[in-house]
Amino acid sequence: MSTGLLTDLTIAVLSLLVGFEVISKVPETLHTPLMSAANSIHGIVLVGAALVASTAHNAAGYVLAFVAALFAGMNVVGGYAVTGRMLKMFKRRPTPQAAPAADETASGTAAR
Amino acid sequence: MSGFDAVIKLVYVAAAACFVIGLHLMNAPPTANKGSRISATGMVAAVAATVALVAHDSSITGTGWAVLLVGAVLGSGVGLGFAQKVKMTAIPQLVSLFNAMGGGAAALVALAGFVATASSAPVGGRIAVSTAIDVAIGALTFSGSIVACGKLQGTIAGRPIVVPGGRLTNGVLAAAAVVGAVLLAARPHSVAMLVLALAASLAFGVAMVLRIGGADMPVVISLLNALTGTAVAVAGFVIDNSVLIIAGALVGASGGILTKLMADAMNRSILAIMSGGFGGGDSTGTDTVGAGGTVRQVSADDAAIQLAYASKVVIVPGYGLAAAQAQHAVRDLAQLLEERGIEVSYAIHPVAGRMPGHMNVLLAEADVPYTQLKPMDEINSEFARTDVALVIGANDVINPAARRSGTAVSGMPILDVDQAKSVIVIKRSMGHGYAGIENELYTDPKTSMFFADAKAGLVALSAAVKTLVGG
Repeated sequence: MSTGLLTDLTIAVLSLLVGFEVISKVPETLHTPLMSAANSIHGIVLVGAALVASTAHNAAGYVLAFVAALFAGMNVVGGYAVTGRMLKMFKRRPTPQAAPAADETASGTAAR
Repeated sequence: MSGFDAVIKLVYVAAAACFVIGLHLMNAPPTANKGSRISATGMVAAVAATVALVAHDSSITGTGWAVLLVGAVLGSGVGLGFAQKVKMTAIPQLVSLFNAMGGGAAALVALAGFVATASSAPVGGRIAVSTAIDVAIGALTFSGSIVACGKLQGTIAGRPIVVPGGRLTNGVLAAAAVVGAVLLAARPHSVAMLVLALAASLAFGVAMVLRIGGADMPVVISLLNALTGTAVAVAGFVIDNSVLIIAGALVGASGGILTKLMADAMNRSILAIMSGGFGGGDSTGTDTVGAGGTVRQVSADDAAIQLAYASKVVIVPGYGLAAAQAQHAVRDLAQLLEERGIEVSYAIHPVAGRMPGHMNVLLAEADVPYTQLKPMDEINSEFARTDVALVIGANDVINPAARRSGTAVSGMPILDVDQAKSVIVIKRSMGHGYAGIENELYTDPKTSMFFADAKAGLVALSAAVKTLVGG
């Protein structure tokens, strides 16, 4: 077993443990955005797509790199965009100064 | 290692740290958005560093650049379009689609890395083994996620679809995928083994998810998410890239935890879910009103009186609420009650909705403050001092039969709605939930049934409360 493989395994195992530790503290309320955030993080495979594009020198290599870049691009950009959209919706109770009168609250929320 | 390479590696370390910090900040709603931004910053840095590395190496051809840039830009555009347009009820489909993209890309990266090294030098065992694993997991995740996405979208029927040969076919396909992968690892230059591993894994992904019923979707999505993370981590082994390994492992951990939580919330083993067969589609029951047991029906006015004179109301939303697009209607009613000084909160079962935590997002979209969204463990202790529990579109997750043995829902953790002083259930008919069994809560003497569509029923309740209290 090479040193490189051992290093990679070490990194993988420690990352898994860190992942378990950090993620088990996320409250149920945020589980959907959590999964979406995790989803965008695996868009890191775009880095992989770039690296294989740089070593591609034949048609097969180009096709593989193209589709990988396409998929990864969609994954990473779409993932972060939708996670951000969701997280902006999580609000505290509206502050009293933002809603001075009852009918204004109604029109304010209806406009959303 | 040259100075340049060292800088790139350091950027990768920083990016990995951003991912961990980003996930850590998701432990509370006020910091979550910041977490997502930090994670995105790490991502941009990692990608930019990689592009710099590729340019610096100068081994990339003009076609290579074109392929990479056009692919990434095109993909980003499509992804952004989906993300901006998607409805919150359709988030599970989108997450499935992105799982498919990630898993597919990981398999392709492994394949391409393998092709590139195979043509120049003999393939070492490490690359051969990790490529074989990645092709199998990536392909399985890709096809499985596409099927899951189709099921959630309704393009593929939600009920379990039995493939010809049933479990035997699944077993054979799984075995073929494993054998193909093992042989590919042993004989890395064999195109036939590559095709076998790829085809068997793709077919197994389809067959596995087809068999799984709609009720189990939260588990399936979580599992596919974990597999995507694993596939990305393994791709990191193939091309020897630490940031892929770290990011992939983090996602694998996240998906793993959610899979376990979801399976526990349904009291089912992951293996039982994977072998499929449980849970129907989304068909709302069409049984006639009043089938089985004596139920007490109430009018909107009577229900409104009960609600308006309560001091604590707990709303129990199920997926039926979202299916009827009644999130705003329930928020309006809750606001009316709160203006009367009534304490209102929402009881969220872990599997309410189509993916972990889905119901919270749907209610947050309707401007329900997250402080009112209470998870099962927290709200269960509050039911005893709740005057009215208002159940909308939830069924199996509140069935007291779960506490007894020998029923289809036995052992499933439930919301203790039956401990509230009174219960109002808004429901279209006496139809059954996924488990297909009677719900004895409906015949409980303290339960009143208000037969209506979720949205129409809530609007009627709000109107009745307003008339009643002269608001």
